[in-house]
Amino acid sequence: MLELSSNRHNPGIDPGLHAWGWEIPVYLFLGGMVAGLLVLGGLHILKGKNDPHREAYPWAPMLGVVLLSAGMGALFLDLGHKAYVWRLYLTFQPTSPMSWGAWILVFVYPALLLAALLHPPERVPFGDVVLARAKVWSRWLRLRPKLVQAIGAANLLGGVSLGIYTGILLGSLGARPLWNSAILGPLFLFSGLSTAAASLHLLSMWSARPEKGVFGDVMLGGFFRLLDPKAGGEVMLRADTSFLTIELGIMALWLLGLATATSVHRDAAALLLSGDYAPAFWSLVVVTGILTPLFIQVAELRGKIRHTAAPAVLVIIGGFALRWILVSAGQTSHW
Amino acid sequence: MSVRLAMVIDTTLCVGCSDCVVACKTENDVPEGYCRDWIAEAVRGEFPTVGLEIRSERCNHCDEPPCVSCCPTGASHIAYGGVVLVEHDKCIGCKACIASCPYDARFSHPKGYADKCTFCLHRVEKGLQPACVSVCPTHCMTFGDANDPESAVSKLLRSRASHTLLPEAGTGPNVHYLTRG
Repeated sequence: MLELSSNRHNPGIDPGLHAWGWEIPVYLFLGGMVAGLLVLGGLHILKGKNDPHREAYPWAPMLGVVLLSAGMGALFLDLGHKAYVWRLYLTFQPTSPMSWGAWILVFVYPALLLAALLHPPERVPFGDVVLARAKVWSRWLRLRPKLVQAIGAANLLGGVSLGIYTGILLGSLGARPLWNSAILGPLFLFSGLSTAAASLHLLSMWSARPEKGVFGDVMLGGFFRLLDPKAGGEVMLRADTSFLTIELGIMALWLLGLATATSVHRDAAALLLSGDYAPAFWSLVVVTGILTPLFIQVAELRGKIRHTAAPAVLVIIGGFALRWILVSAGQTSHW
Repeated sequence: MSVRLAMVIDTTLCVGCSDCVVACKTENDVPEGYCRDWIAEAVRGEFPTVGLEIRSERCNHCDEPPCVSCCPTGASHIAYGGVVLVEHDKCIGCKACIASCPYDARFSHPKGYADKCTFCLHRVEKGLQPACVSVCPTHCMTFGDANDPESAVSKLLRSRASHTLLPEAGTGPNVHYLTRG
């Protein structure tokens, strides 16, 4: 028997580590989704094809910019010493995933903006002058195929880097056995890809038949199209099904690795498999976020049930739950 | 050979009076409700063979400090004698170092930066002992250069059985605990 007691009661540390609150899972979720949008957008640009869901793509990079800005906002809110945030950009620390991440975000922003410039949307709220100029730049860019390819490659590279880094950020913290696995990088990348494909799926349903009215009508019309079984298409559905399957496989390998390692790693795995976080993990991440949308999507692809927005919404819920549970449970796992 | 500052604490002498904690808080102006060092009690064994180890714990100023390698700004760094310090004006308060420490020795200072034991390097550089060592009523704490074979800490580590906390974490702690064995 070993019983430990201590008179240390540092806030955020005792009785269990709670250094990171809601801001970090929100950032990891949004960052992962943006990573997926970058990868899918980059591939779309590199393919250079006019696929039937092209309508969704003009919005995808802009959605990425908005989501990334929101994620970085959450990250900023988490900082304890906010006035010194600029210190991130006076150095590069090769052993620190957070330093890598800070510089990846600097690379990703212009890549997203350039991708947005390639396919400016037909209309934006309160931005006609900006949109007119964007279209001039867009024509200039599209006349230069090598530049377009470079933008596609930058999006792809930025997306893979951002997606993997969000997992490595946690995986490199060896003091938290639940996180301490490099496989979290690919897990977060594929989870990000699945949530991005789900969001593009929703976008493609939203913008399947653009309205000619004012922006408000378009938004309202988009909402009702989400309920339309004929709207949207199969490309993102197929992509999401593949990503979810791979994500499930990686998650199984990660948990298998923990469950067959040292006692502290086994205890960490037990937190999710049978411990305090098990109900949330199994119900929200595995069943709601992966298995249910997988079954629905496979049935939809085989034409057995109506095509709806439900699996995409479930995937997004599952992707967020994965980060939230992982950040919370990881902090309670210890040596 | 370079200086390797280390602390050796005799658990057979420590009575858990918390003088070291109070001295540290006073010397380093540690905010109310926080502490850079603390007292831990470990009860081990099965009745009737039960042992109690009282330890004064703090940052272990590890040889391979994960808090330094994960710091995105270089605020956490290794200073003179291997002492791990945080440069407050470089710290952004991201808390990665706090999550990376297997000993939970760091905390987020109310002003926002990461904070922890410094081995009272400001005193050591003046030839003084760390505040905790200087006030210990049972003289259970010894501080010095572990790379100097003639130092008090080296002699104690050679002559007595000792252990460190979580050696399996692979961080190479420099706070050693002398035991009865």
